Amino acid sequence: MKSIRKFDYYVLLEKITPLIAVIFALLVGAIVIKLIGEDPIFVYKTLFSNAIGNRDGWGNVLFRATPLIFTGLAVAFAFRCGLFNIGGEGQVYIGTFLATWVGFTFTNLPAFILIPLCILTAAAGGALWAAIPGILKAKKGVHEVIVTIMMNWIAASLTFFLVLKFKAPPTEAMEAAGVKQMIPHTREIAEAARLPRLYTILKTLNIDFPSYNQVNVSFFIAIAAAVLVYYILWKTNLGYEIRAVGYNPLAAEYGGISVGKNIILAMMISGALAGLVGTNEVMGFKYRWRQELFTNLGFNGIAVALLGKNHPLGVVLAAILFGILNYGGAIVNIYTEGRIPRELIMVLQAVIVIFVVISDEVVKRLIKQRRKVV
Amino acid sequence: MPEIALEMKNIIKRFPLVVANDKVNFKVYKGEIHALVGENGAGKSTLMSILYGLYQADSGQIFVNEKKVKIANPNVAINLKIGMVHQHFMLVPPLTITENIILGMEPIKSKLFVDIEKASNRVKEIAETLNFKIEPNTKIENISVGIQQRVEIIKVLYRGAEILVMDEPTAVLTPQEVEELFEILRELKKEGKTIIFITHKLNEVKALSDRITVMRGGKVVGVKNTEDTNQEEIANMMVGRKVLLEVDKKEHKFGKTVLKVNKLNALNSKKLPALKEISFEIREGEILGIAGVEGNGQTELVEVITGLRPASGGKILLYDKDITNYSPRSIREDKIAHIPEDRRKRGIILEFTVAENLILGNHYRSPFSKGLNLNFTAINKHANNLIKNFDIRPSDKENLLKSLSGGNQQKVIVARELYGEPKLLIAAQPTRGLDVGSIEFVHRQILKERDKGKAILLISADLEEILSLSDRIAVIYEGKIVKILDPKKTDEKELGLLMTGSTANKKLLKVK
Repeated sequence: MKSIRKFDYYVLLEKITPLIAVIFALLVGAIVIKLIGEDPIFVYKTLFSNAIGNRDGWGNVLFRATPLIFTGLAVAFAFRCGLFNIGGEGQVYIGTFLATWVGFTFTNLPAFILIPLCILTAAAGGALWAAIPGILKAKKGVHEVIVTIMMNWIAASLTFFLVLKFKAPPTEAMEAAGVKQMIPHTREIAEAARLPRLYTILKTLNIDFPSYNQVNVSFFIAIAAAVLVYYILWKTNLGYEIRAVGYNPLAAEYGGISVGKNIILAMMISGALAGLVGTNEVMGFKYRWRQELFTNLGFNGIAVALLGKNHPLGVVLAAILFGILNYGGAIVNIYTEGRIPRELIMVLQAVIVIFVVISDEVVKRLIKQRRKVV
Repeated sequence: MPEIALEMKNIIKRFPLVVANDKVNFKVYKGEIHALVGENGAGKSTLMSILYGLYQADSGQIFVNEKKVKIANPNVAINLKIGMVHQHFMLVPPLTITENIILGMEPIKSKLFVDIEKASNRVKEIAETLNFKIEPNTKIENISVGIQQRVEIIKVLYRGAEILVMDEPTAVLTPQEVEELFEILRELKKEGKTIIFITHKLNEVKALSDRITVMRGGKVVGVKNTEDTNQEEIANMMVGRKVLLEVDKKEHKFGKTVLKVNKLNALNSKKLPALKEISFEIREGEILGIAGVEGNGQTELVEVITGLRPASGGKILLYDKDITNYSPRSIREDKIAHIPEDRRKRGIILEFTVAENLILGNHYRSPFSKGLNLNFTAINKHANNLIKNFDIRPSDKENLLKSLSGGNQQKVIVARELYGEPKLLIAAQPTRGLDVGSIEFVHRQILKERDKGKAILLISADLEEILSLSDRIAVIYEGKIVKILDPKKTDEKELGLLMTGSTANKKLLKVK
């Protein structure tokens, strides 16, 4: 058989489909902007120059990207084991709430104990919540999609119940004015449980960075999590087993791999990653739990994982892109005095996802067609 | 000179990776049975797909009845009276035989209704000319594979085909059904139909065809009259080198009992009994062949021994150690190796690399793992060794398994399973779907293990394989071992009868 080296080109194409999707999505966005009656070039220039044209912009982008890295990794990790974890939302809730509880309960612990304890609690809470669908899937064959969706609602209700239980007492100012809490929230976590903002670190290095910028150490935890996910999946025998189960559970079973055990483990690790969102949202930002039903972080994680092709590096890049769009979109909204609504960004994100799916499929078919040697 | 029914001239068909047909010339005379042979990937199916309009050739001409034609799609082919019986039947199980046959060209009465009666009569008519016995109103789901194939043949004839293309028609049939099929094809030939018969089973070529076209690597390497050639010559032409068709099996003494299966019972996936009181033994240096029509408990037997399916009763002993219902991992650790019957489903992970596939089952152990981490130095060394020793192609260990040919995928499995000196090798359909060269390779490996004193359980639907490799043959029927025979004292006919539940009676066979 004569071989023609044309194939690598398609493999490359397969790898960069997300990039193609993003370009197409931006084109669609441009059409929408044009239809609204604005100048697409001006809008995109404003969006990108503000988001990544200066340090403050970058900080805001990374702050918004951090939770998406966690939930994106969560979805990607489960997917590698053939599981569709759409319960990121619930795992975020439980992990974050438990970390908050530890943070405002064990207030006399020193930071070097309390911070790791809070981080571990966040992970453990997510893992625990995800273990339930994992066990049901492994032992009873119940589909994880159904269970994780239901667990989301249970988590939302449970945390709502708990936040009322641990509601912060009204402050003196509120008492004087006779106001009650609008959105229920807990007490603040101890100073020793808080993650430093990035500017405190950059200040010691004499790098100029605005002190109001919310990006914090949690971003580094997210990067570390991405590296860890890569390491587990491709360098350990646990990762080998998880991927084997994901690709071909029958062959895994044949190779002496326990399918059930790996499903449970993969769900727990996935849940732990989602739970770590608490490090950014509470330990690094709000310092307390506020009841806001469904922040959509868990669901956006699905889009991030899809765009990142379920690879940790891809997830980080996709999360940063979503961070850019989110922050840049908010700025554009202000610059155009609301004529470009923030919802445009949601449209863009949705279009990206649609194009990723389409271009993936198109390239797959192209390759299949080329490879067809009957 | 006989009339030419079909001629394909200088057909070229390129795919990006290969030239599937490279200036192929193919000529078939009217009323002959023409065998088109070649290994997998030789270009036979591509050529026939071009003839049937499923592909367009990049260049070349097609002549049907000496008239130049252009076949843009299968409808054109059907109008030219070309019919194709695919290897995998294209039938709708809940519909009746007649309904399947008329599908797409239903006779109409009163402008609105399907004239089933007329169709049924026509179907019966065709069947009778071929001495078929079929009941046109039976549903496809209730008839055997052999009958389904007849339905496919009638379907093609119903559409008026004069040239019939049969794509590996015997792959799914029992020996008796194969014989019946040959009778039918000879009958069709008598009626003046032209038959193109794609196969890589050489004994069938010899038994049936008038002329043979051999393809290799996209080219026609020879055209022979069947009577002027022999199996060795065709095999050599197909592979491009000398092949040993007969397996070279030395006589030797058997050692201790390795595997003892005692009154084993198990359920199938539908919770019905699949194995009923199965007992047998395999000794060191012995190959026990299990012959049987598929679905008679072979799959379950292998799964129970390898721990993939629980036994509901009985015992499995490996060197006197009871391993009944052990986990697949501990059974592997006890050195039972397993070449699974469906390699894509069980044996390999298509999205894993060659190197990753070569450690499946041993991945968690030294030297491939150190603690929690994979040891890539050992994994890569292992892969390079096995790729070299088993001639796995292409030889890059980083290739994904899905990019390898079926034969090379099977080599990966064989290499992996023979690593670590197993005590018992279970080989289920080890050569299914492989080409002559790969079959020869797998057979040699199995015999090598036998000569090293390993016990081997061989399960195969290919009776020739069972007969030539086994030291003893156990026939399985409906979950029971019906008989254990000496391969030297039996033949395909007797096995075929035992496999289908009839008690073998050689005298009866001779009378027939």
